[in-house]
Amino acid sequence: MYSEYYQASLAAVEAAREQNVAMEPARMTAEQKATLLATYHPDYKEHEFSTLQIGPNKGDKVPHELAEMLQAHSRITADDVDLNTPAYDVDVLVIGGGGAGTSAAIEAHEAGASVMIVTKLRMGDANTMMAEGGIQAADKPNDSPAIHFVDAFGGGHFAAKRDLLAKLVCDAPEAIQWLSNLGVEFDKEADGTMVTTHGGGTSRKRMHAAKDYSGAEIMRTLRDEVLNRQIPVVDFTSAIELILDENGKAAGAVLMNMETKELMVAKAKTVIIATGGAGRMHYQGFPTSNHYGATADGLVLGYRAGAKLLYAETLQYHPTGAAHPTQIFGALVTEKVRSLGAKLVNKNGEVFMHPLETRDVTAASIIRECSDRDNGLETASGVAVWLDTPMIDMIGGEGTIEKRIPAMMRMFMEYGIDIRKEPILVYPTLHYQNGGLDITPNGMTTNIENLFVAGEAVGGIHGKNRLMGNSLLDIIVFGRSAGIHAAEAAKNTTLGALTLDHIAAFEKEIAAAGIETDAVSPKLLPNYTKLKSI
Amino acid sequence: MENMVNIFLFGKKYTVPANLTIMTAMEYAGYQLVRGCGCRNGFCGACATIYRIKGENELKTCLACQTTVEDNMYIATLPYFPLVKQVYDIEKVPTTETVMMQLYPEIYACVGCNACTKACTQELNVMQYIAYAQRGDFEKCAEESFDCVMCGMCSSRCPAGISHPQVAMLARRINGKYLAPGCGHLEDRVREIQNGDFTELIEALMQKPVEELKELYNTREIEK
Repeated sequence: MYSEYYQASLAAVEAAREQNVAMEPARMTAEQKATLLATYHPDYKEHEFSTLQIGPNKGDKVPHELAEMLQAHSRITADDVDLNTPAYDVDVLVIGGGGAGTSAAIEAHEAGASVMIVTKLRMGDANTMMAEGGIQAADKPNDSPAIHFVDAFGGGHFAAKRDLLAKLVCDAPEAIQWLSNLGVEFDKEADGTMVTTHGGGTSRKRMHAAKDYSGAEIMRTLRDEVLNRQIPVVDFTSAIELILDENGKAAGAVLMNMETKELMVAKAKTVIIATGGAGRMHYQGFPTSNHYGATADGLVLGYRAGAKLLYAETLQYHPTGAAHPTQIFGALVTEKVRSLGAKLVNKNGEVFMHPLETRDVTAASIIRECSDRDNGLETASGVAVWLDTPMIDMIGGEGTIEKRIPAMMRMFMEYGIDIRKEPILVYPTLHYQNGGLDITPNGMTTNIENLFVAGEAVGGIHGKNRLMGNSLLDIIVFGRSAGIHAAEAAKNTTLGALTLDHIAAFEKEIAAAGIETDAVSPKLLPNYTKLKSI
Repeated sequence: MENMVNIFLFGKKYTVPANLTIMTAMEYAGYQLVRGCGCRNGFCGACATIYRIKGENELKTCLACQTTVEDNMYIATLPYFPLVKQVYDIEKVPTTETVMMQLYPEIYACVGCNACTKACTQELNVMQYIAYAQRGDFEKCAEESFDCVMCGMCSSRCPAGISHPQVAMLARRINGKYLAPGCGHLEDRVREIQNGDFTELIEALMQKPVEELKELYNTREIEK
């Protein structure tokens, strides 16, 4: 259902469709990509970044909204809680109930540790649940972990920490096997061969999927397994401050009930931060594809306690966020739509790029089309280009859309748009936090002992841009690994006296730097009251 | 002037723009949500909602994040529903209908009213997948239930007290683990990696100067 305004453009798209399906658009050269990114990618807009004045990354640039949270006051002072009467006392405390947190908890439990999960909403309210397209693993005969490494390293602008990336690609097939053994239903041929496709920037078809509910299928299975193992899950409760021991090791967290605001102490021999991403910070005013609680909490918790960040200045804007209708503005339109053959088309019906360039390049290209080139279409929420979904059934045969991307079909059908017959309007949406806390391959932060990190809160696995399907992969690989290593470290740990001295120390830094702010952090949830639509 | 409609949140009237979803309308009205709000994109099932349009008899169900407000909509959210989830060991479960008889025997008390199907926010054929579960056809149950977001609406309407989403979850895990065909190329690759077949290649990449890796990347062959 498109208004009169779109009809002329729609006619042009339809007229050119057959020709557009047949054409193979050229890929950009390295130089073309570099120029495009520097001119149009949001990460390159210097006025959108602040220089950190305090903390382990003093002097580094991060988005204004993140700088405000990293340099904000704690929600508490050390006097607000009694560290000697913990409500919980465990070996491994997992903060976050998404894919990384649940994987970590399952493995820590398997290793015999006493483990608990604390999560500020429900277990499974996480970006994992919303990942649609798939998970990468080099398990086909024409592929190898080495090829996967090169794809990801190049796609991330040669900035990934190589030891982390090597672990990611080498542990990938086993991660798929682990999920399969838990009962995750991957799309397979009748003989068991995995149905795999390309993602942007992959050189082999290694994207495994469960329709376009890939993340949901993984998340609900992991959640079910956590419940079967009867691992304690404290939900609607957020960690608002880390606790260290007198020797500077991680030793637990201060928890806050999200509804009653009650404060509690969780004492632990090791802590795993698995708090996820930051889309709900709405950097540069972008809409987001992220879940409601994606507010960079883990980065704030770690930073205030002294942990280092890596690449916190790089964010991923998914090229295809829904731009129409306004009710789903910013919602994810999975990259799998392009993997299955749909191309990006401007208002004149012209294919303006190869649809499977990496996400940063594709997003920048769409922004160029909608700005300087003036080839976009107006929507109630901004400007947009077409993603020509009817191409999919033309290429894959009738029924392909219904079978392979049912969630997309359902989402648009709700608003009278049949994506089998009509294209959809898209514009980049804030999707992923490339950067995060700096870790070693076993998942521990580089400078706080017994503080582990897994999932989107980690920086350095992907470099400065992430390929599709490598995030579902990293939450499993590094989630499991963090669980195993945290359980192991807990065995060898005797805690000293607990302290929250770092809160006062950080306050001193704030004052010494002359930072005047009323902000408190972590943010926990965005405030949308009286906002008309986000 | 924006087009406005009147809605009733838990019975109280608010006037909100007509193009909002129920979820954003609640926020527009001033609710800072903690419950009943998860992914905001139709995948997590946190925002199950019941509504009735004034003057109509039918009670409707939906996800608040995926549904646009209508004039005279009477809305009650259902952020939590007490589903029964039985604990089991996936390594030891029977893979026939025996498992359903043991863990979820109430599914055999289904009276065939189809209220579950009518209540499904994903428009799944819920009663049909329960029928498949009853007779141990877990492959069909898995397929029919695959798009379930576990919002619990079906169970809220069930006179037999069935926890449909949990029944389907069990069926899908059994299907994924035991009934779906095994994957030879995956097993081979895991073995090759454990054998160290790729260790040298990866170590070479770890040592290579960035310029060489750039050349490798920019000239790599891309599978059609």
